Amino acid sequence: MAAVAAIYDELKALDVAVLAMSTDSRFVHKIWQEQELSKMVKGGVPFPMLADAGGKIGTIYGVYDEAAGVDIRGRFIVDPDFVIRAMEVLTPEVGRNPKELVRQVKAFQHVVATGEVTPSGWEPGQVTLTPGPALVGRVWEVWKP
Amino acid sequence: MPELREGCVKPARGPILPAPLPLPAGAIQPPQEVTKMLAHVGKEAIDFEATAFVEGVGFQPIKLSDYKGKWIVLCFYPGDFTFV
Repeated sequence: MAAVAAIYDELKALDVAVLAMSTDSRFVHKIWQEQELSKMVKGGVPFPMLADAGGKIGTIYGVYDEAAGVDIRGRFIVDPDFVIRAMEVLTPEVGRNPKELVRQVKAFQHVVATGEVTPSGWEPGQVTLTPGPALVGRVWEVWKP
Repeated sequence: MPELREGCVKPARGPILPAPLPLPAGAIQPPQEVTKMLAHVGKEAIDFEATAFVEGVGFQPIKLSDYKGKWIVLCFYPGDFTFV
């Protein structure tokens, strides 16, 4: 959570709203912020921390672990038309890579703005592809892994 | 932080599912229990309402649809005071 907070300025510059959610109550979120997060990240976590009581929301997002009674790590990107563009779900032992989150947001924003598509590992400024009959069988001419 | 009125228990709606199609006359209403994953890439996000802690604001209910029109990153994690 602190790792996402650390890239919050970058996400904010991309006009992205961040929401964090666990099965903890809002009271626990507040104390975690005061006791720990505010010491990891200056000013604490700047985005809302939501309480998923009973894992009901996590259940419909496919991240609620009934045996453990918690939401496992899952990250969803939703576009301005309210369509889910990406999801990444991990078992709890491994944290996520916030840089990959920023890369995906930039790629989706580019795709929506231009109608182009971005090849594997695309970063802003690199070559994009414009799907169409002329490109069939000729991707190798413009892009290699 | 402003002092907001706060009770011990504050209900939030949780998942806000689209209204089911009207049933034919005489049909029995099935239970509304949600037990399965409904989120899919390329499909509309399922709205929800949850109570939240917001730094500098305090406690407030938040709906996912409050952010419609913006890019949203929604992060689930196993719990406060855990280690990763």
